[in-house]
Amino acid sequence: MINLLINNQKVSVPEGTTVLAAAKKLKINIPTLCNHDDLCVAGNCRVCVVEQKGARTLIASCATPATDGMEINTNTLKVRNARKHIVELLLSEHRSDCTKCYKNQNCELQSLANEFAFGDHILLDLVEDKKYNIDRSSPSFVKDDSKCIRCQRCVRTCSELQSVSAIAVAYKGAHQKISSFHDKPMSHVVCTNCGQCVNRCPTGALVEKTYIDQVWDAIYDPDKHVVVQTAPAVRVALGEDLGYDPGERVTGKMVNALKQLGFNSVLDTDFSADLTIMEEGTELLVRLKKALVDGDKAISLPMFTSCSPGWIKFIEHKYPEYLPNLSTCKSPQQMFGALAKTYYAKKRNLDPSKIVSVSIMPCTAKKFEADRPEMRASGFKDVDYVLTTRELAVMIKQAGLDFRNLEEAKYDSFMGDSTGAAVIFGVTGGVMEAALRTAYEIVTGREIPFGNLNITPVRGMDGVKEATLKIEGCVDAWKFLEGAELKVAIAHGLVNANKIMKMVKDGKASYHFIEIMGCPGGCIGGGGQPIPTNMEIRKKRMKAIYAEDEHMVLRKSHENPEVIAIYKEFLDQPNSHKSHELLHTHYVERDNY
Amino acid sequence: MENKGLNKVDLIFEKIDNREVLEKAFRMSREEIIREVLDSGLKGRGGAGFPTGMKWKFTAAEKSPDKYIVCNADEGEPGTFKDREILDRVSNKVHGGMAIAGKAIGAKKGIVYLRGEYRYLLPKLMTELDAFQKQIKEIGYDFNIEYRMGSGAYICGEESALFESIEGKRGEPRNKPPYPTVSGLFDKPTSINNVETLVTAMMIMKHGAKNFTQYGTKDSRGSKVFSVSGDTPTPGIFELELGMTVQQFVNEFGDGDTKAVQVGGASGFCVPRKKFAETIIGFEGVPTGGSMKLFNSSRSMYNVLHNYLDFFTEESCGQCTPCRVGCQQLLKGVEKVKKGEAKSTYLNELIKLADTMKIAAKCGLGQSVGNAFKSIVGNFREEIIY
Repeated sequence: MINLLINNQKVSVPEGTTVLAAAKKLKINIPTLCNHDDLCVAGNCRVCVVEQKGARTLIASCATPATDGMEINTNTLKVRNARKHIVELLLSEHRSDCTKCYKNQNCELQSLANEFAFGDHILLDLVEDKKYNIDRSSPSFVKDDSKCIRCQRCVRTCSELQSVSAIAVAYKGAHQKISSFHDKPMSHVVCTNCGQCVNRCPTGALVEKTYIDQVWDAIYDPDKHVVVQTAPAVRVALGEDLGYDPGERVTGKMVNALKQLGFNSVLDTDFSADLTIMEEGTELLVRLKKALVDGDKAISLPMFTSCSPGWIKFIEHKYPEYLPNLSTCKSPQQMFGALAKTYYAKKRNLDPSKIVSVSIMPCTAKKFEADRPEMRASGFKDVDYVLTTRELAVMIKQAGLDFRNLEEAKYDSFMGDSTGAAVIFGVTGGVMEAALRTAYEIVTGREIPFGNLNITPVRGMDGVKEATLKIEGCVDAWKFLEGAELKVAIAHGLVNANKIMKMVKDGKASYHFIEIMGCPGGCIGGGGQPIPTNMEIRKKRMKAIYAEDEHMVLRKSHENPEVIAIYKEFLDQPNSHKSHELLHTHYVERDNY
Repeated sequence: MENKGLNKVDLIFEKIDNREVLEKAFRMSREEIIREVLDSGLKGRGGAGFPTGMKWKFTAAEKSPDKYIVCNADEGEPGTFKDREILDRVSNKVHGGMAIAGKAIGAKKGIVYLRGEYRYLLPKLMTELDAFQKQIKEIGYDFNIEYRMGSGAYICGEESALFESIEGKRGEPRNKPPYPTVSGLFDKPTSINNVETLVTAMMIMKHGAKNFTQYGTKDSRGSKVFSVSGDTPTPGIFELELGMTVQQFVNEFGDGDTKAVQVGGASGFCVPRKKFAETIIGFEGVPTGGSMKLFNSSRSMYNVLHNYLDFFTEESCGQCTPCRVGCQQLLKGVEKVKKGEAKSTYLNELIKLADTMKIAAKCGLGQSVGNAFKSIVGNFREEIIY
């Protein structure tokens, strides 16, 4: 153990602990900015400087390991003056139009300014001299360089967590900025729109592109019928933006709030998640049969899940040769959208051109997905507007709802019913677990042999998870799978997706089915979720998702009565011609830069 | 005050039998080599002046099968051109110094990081390196040197940014600790030394530490090569004993009208005429990596300062706040004062800012911007304002 003094208090910490962490142990708060729990140390903003006895300069507490006998002071005049200077320097490069900013009151720079740099600033405003660029090219987010303070959290996120590196540090000195390959617009580079950078940006330099006003306009348009769907991970995170602690389930209140906002019908993406399982599970079984029984060499295995639009764009850019391995199933959002303007319109006797389809997603990439040209199976744009969890919270605040005291309400019907298998789509391993619950039962006629249907090997926060399932006692139609070992893998966060893809490419992976989610933890850690995020928060959301699953009466997708009904009334059977028209899609190869 | 006066020395460019010195050094143990360099009191000739023997000792103490000796030939400080001359004239001594350093720290591999603008030297250096490698092989010693090119960024002369650059990354300084002696190039223990330091070490091997210590002062042992430029009738490269005053230097190199000498380049200090006599050139006074720029009374010190600040504003890597934004503030600030758009007292605020940069910037670049700023503003305030 290392013993040191911080502000004259003794503290013992394990070797390798930073001065910042040691101070935290003493409940001494040192302000930080470029530091983030999910990312490697940068030490570049210098806000966390402290005084070390005997040192020539101040030291960055986030980047300096504690050593034996160290004497640290976090609050000397020297430190205070330096900190004030540093915050003022940051503000001098930053367009401080706080009242107009989407991040107003949820901005780390603003908080620091409140503490250290209120009142008149001595330094010159440099913003006007700089020809800052605002990049609105992505349908998912806006990159406003005039708000950027060069902390490089986004750069580290994009490379360390996502292995994408769509953005990097470019130029030097006064011209240094965060930019893309050849300064191309973000819509023209390898960016997956995952929004992980948005989640970690301490200012308003990276924010989602908002469609709140468009949705309000639709709601208030008497000619329009506005349907809204909510993704599984929204219900366990929305509360955080409305005064709840992380991990609170607010499903019923959220449904009521959506009704109060004026949506004509409040429906559930979980319905189409169940439908996804029917389609994707069947697709997997068909692929397995063709490959294993018919010996069809054209069948691509392993099959990859296709629910996560960040992952889809990643593989399109980075591993286009594996596009045939992707399930052709649309994501639950897009399945829902295609059905809203066909099946739903028909049953409710509505003109599909008058339907506005809105989705509430934990995701920024979903905004891009909804804009894809393939996503017009209904003859219209299947999903008109995608709002993030954060944007929904804004709407709830704008409407003046007393969220905490709202009654719990139920989803409307139809396309509002769901099972526990659907809600776990919101966490890493969830699609796999849901698929296995159904596929195993189809093949063997029995429930999957895990206690209370909880397939624990596919759960948890490990970056890459693997499981093997022996299939025994098959029903006649699936006898060819008797004794087979189904090998599956799960990855979340694109850095882990990249690991699996390298294994697959090197022939070191013998999996049949791989679930990949673009964001750390799956959708609960999505780019549209409340800010801040860290492992602790994501774990709490994950726990809430599994609680939600256990709380459901139905836990298997094929038992969803509305799913059974839609096949009977409309789609015929999984992977039918109609299903393929509405619920399946194709992918495009993209450049890797 | 120890004052040795101005004495010309011929050590760096002295013609020697390279092989003889190498054989002598290779017969010595690692400890003996390090002891000799420690005894000589040699400090790094790049400007920062870290004791070379200590650097070698720390690197030698690390237990790692792979270590590196890196020669910093990214001579980028405005006003220095002595490493170019050394490489051009006595590259065999540079290579020899690297081999000796390699023996001392236990490294089999040396890399020369050559300033991008010196690419024209490369064909000649390659031929000389081939001859050196052949010689080393004949002696029966295993040591390999490679050249890597810089691309014109001043910051890549900072040791950890230099490593990043060699590793193929953006040249940005790293957090320290860990120091290079523990984790340097490719995260291996590395001793990084300036071109001249390595040649000096070679000469210490030849003549012995005792001979070296007769030159210079207690804090600044030996001699060093100066790059003399500016308002002087005799610009060029001169090897001088350390420990002279600026006055003695100006007496030799000035044009009779010298009002200031910028010692140590843009990151160094500006010495005004009234302090010439009391200022020793060396680690006890004003240290220098070699850059000596003389300014006569026709020069505007505002322009000199503006030029340096402009340089830093361009050449900061931009990663840390104090340096990236601080340089811009100092530059715009003096412009405003000059134009009368800010009160002259605004200079006091800028001096405070420069003080913050000195203690809060991440690396030596940002930390040294304040040197030139404060010494020029402090000594020539009226020239900045009017």
